[in-house]
Amino acid sequence: MTTTRTPAAEARAGDPARRRPRRRIDWGRLFTWAVLAWLFTPVAGMIVFSFNDIAGRQNVTWQGFTLKWYGQAFAYPDLNAALLTTVAVGVLTMLIAGVTGSLLGLALGRHRFHGRGATNLVMFAAICAPEVVLGAALLSLFLTTDVTTGFVTIVIAHVMFTISFVAITVRARVMTLDPRLEEAARDLGAGPWTTFRLVTLPMLFPAVMAGGLLALALSVDDFIITSFVGGETTTFPLWIWGSTRVGIPPQVNVMGTLIFAVGVLLAIVNIVLARRRS
Amino acid sequence: MATSTHEGPAPHPPTTAREGPAAIGLEGVVKTYRSGQETVAAVRGIDLAVHQGEFFSLLGPSGCGKTTTMRMIAGFEEPTSGTVRLAGRDVTGVPPDRRDVNMVFQSYALFPHMSVADNVAFGLRRKNVPKDEVRRRVGEALDLVELSGLHRRRPGRLSGGQQQRVALARALVNRPGALLLDEPLGALDLKLRQAMQIELKRIQREVGITFVYVTHDQSEALTMSDRIAVMNEGVVEQLGPPAQIYERPASRFVAGFIGTSNLLSGTVTTGVGEYARVEFDGIGHVLVRTDQTSGSAVDVTVRPEKVHIGADEPAPGMSRLRGTVGEVVYLGASTHYTVVLANGAEVVVFRQNSSDASNAAERGDQVWLSWRPDHSYALPR
Repeated sequence: MTTTRTPAAEARAGDPARRRPRRRIDWGRLFTWAVLAWLFTPVAGMIVFSFNDIAGRQNVTWQGFTLKWYGQAFAYPDLNAALLTTVAVGVLTMLIAGVTGSLLGLALGRHRFHGRGATNLVMFAAICAPEVVLGAALLSLFLTTDVTTGFVTIVIAHVMFTISFVAITVRARVMTLDPRLEEAARDLGAGPWTTFRLVTLPMLFPAVMAGGLLALALSVDDFIITSFVGGETTTFPLWIWGSTRVGIPPQVNVMGTLIFAVGVLLAIVNIVLARRRS
Repeated sequence: MATSTHEGPAPHPPTTAREGPAAIGLEGVVKTYRSGQETVAAVRGIDLAVHQGEFFSLLGPSGCGKTTTMRMIAGFEEPTSGTVRLAGRDVTGVPPDRRDVNMVFQSYALFPHMSVADNVAFGLRRKNVPKDEVRRRVGEALDLVELSGLHRRRPGRLSGGQQQRVALARALVNRPGALLLDEPLGALDLKLRQAMQIELKRIQREVGITFVYVTHDQSEALTMSDRIAVMNEGVVEQLGPPAQIYERPASRFVAGFIGTSNLLSGTVTTGVGEYARVEFDGIGHVLVRTDQTSGSAVDVTVRPEKVHIGADEPAPGMSRLRGTVGEVVYLGASTHYTVVLANGAEVVVFRQNSSDASNAAERGDQVWLSWRPDHSYALPR
């Protein structure tokens, strides 16, 4: 904390009788920790209960520490299938929304074209619209067009609602990018495609990566839209929802912990890469 | 507004006398932009030829069209009408990557994700130059700009002056037909800028490549250039070597933009041999060289350092005016006087503080101002 000390304050500070350190509450620090606690307590609870030594499926009170659920992580075949579906949908969404969303963000950030305003509006609407509305709308669309709901429709739906997030992330980066860099590349003999490959894309890569991870996280997370368009296909969140009536087995906590760990790892990799680049 | 290019009786031969085509030729180049309903002209018709191996400056205030002109040479902008030629070849409509010119950007535009060596090698690699030759030429280019040993550094870890040198090396290494520099020293502090001016001139002499230098800094242009095109409002006001631009400004704008000029309004009365007599309202007359006919209103211009200030009556044959000393500013090497004439006009005088000279005048003194008629010119008003 920086304060301007007046001569009087200096004199007082020099007086040993008054030199009692006064503890002041650092509200900024306190608030930061409060927010972090707010955010991470549920996650910590999930992780802790993945080590809960219970009998049966009622994982609600602490019974003691065990690692056995990690050994039996894949004891429920239908849970495994649901997790696999979620991962497959997530990765596909990340790739499709990552690529198309990035290109969309690049176009919106760099070029003026017909329909630019409309595209921005639609993207904003896709983010704002309640998931229930999107889910119901998609389901009725698929029903009226006679598309069988299932894996493919889940991917379509997930790409649809994550693409805006990717585009906005990339667009923000594009707007801070010096257009002279691309001009310099052209000036030095690079054609449009080479310029994109060697200059634009590497500069945008952290944002593309962040956008892709965001899409993955949103996809893995999603329950509402997926429950509408999933058909017979069950994803990880859907399976958990279905099992609440009979009790959620600790395997769910184990998988949740693993997914969280992978997420944290990816975030760290992205940060490290971004630091190395800058 | 004069739309023609004034090329005075230059000691320089005209373009056609040089062997081979001009390095850069602009013919009737116009550039207009749409701004809502309006059409804004950035460049209103430029004809000029930059000779091979020349250090050529485009000088003018911001918004005069100099950067647009340079961007049209580089290929980032296409002229609305007119032709751009590089070494005689019409390149109008050719994209920047297929033009044999390279640019040094004001912001340097170094690729932040590449090392210094990769930045410099970028152009050579695009031309599929063999690996060994790339390494050798990158080394030579970095030696030339005195940055040897920084190959592996990222541009972000270099000082402004070093980044500037990398940008220069990155362009020069391609041995372009012409190098375009867009206010490359603008971001550097004064000392570094002055050192780089001399450095740039040395490099240009060593490599012998045509330099086109865009700047709004008149002293920079005067220091480095072989020829200067002074631009204003989208046209070239005057084109010539620095001494000619400075000594014989062709228009009021050039006289005002380059250095300090005294402008005295008067009327041409009679011719006296190759001189004309210009009558000032209430303060007398002077003789100047001019092609203006009698009766025309003119501004007589004379540079502050050409004016002699003193109490004694000037020698016969000198142009002379009488005035009262207003401000006296001592600047170490020189002293600047502001002298007020009887009609209220002010004349600025620079006087060297040489060892033998005592103070020429104090504030409030009545003084004679005098100069050789050859040192003043009449500009049409």
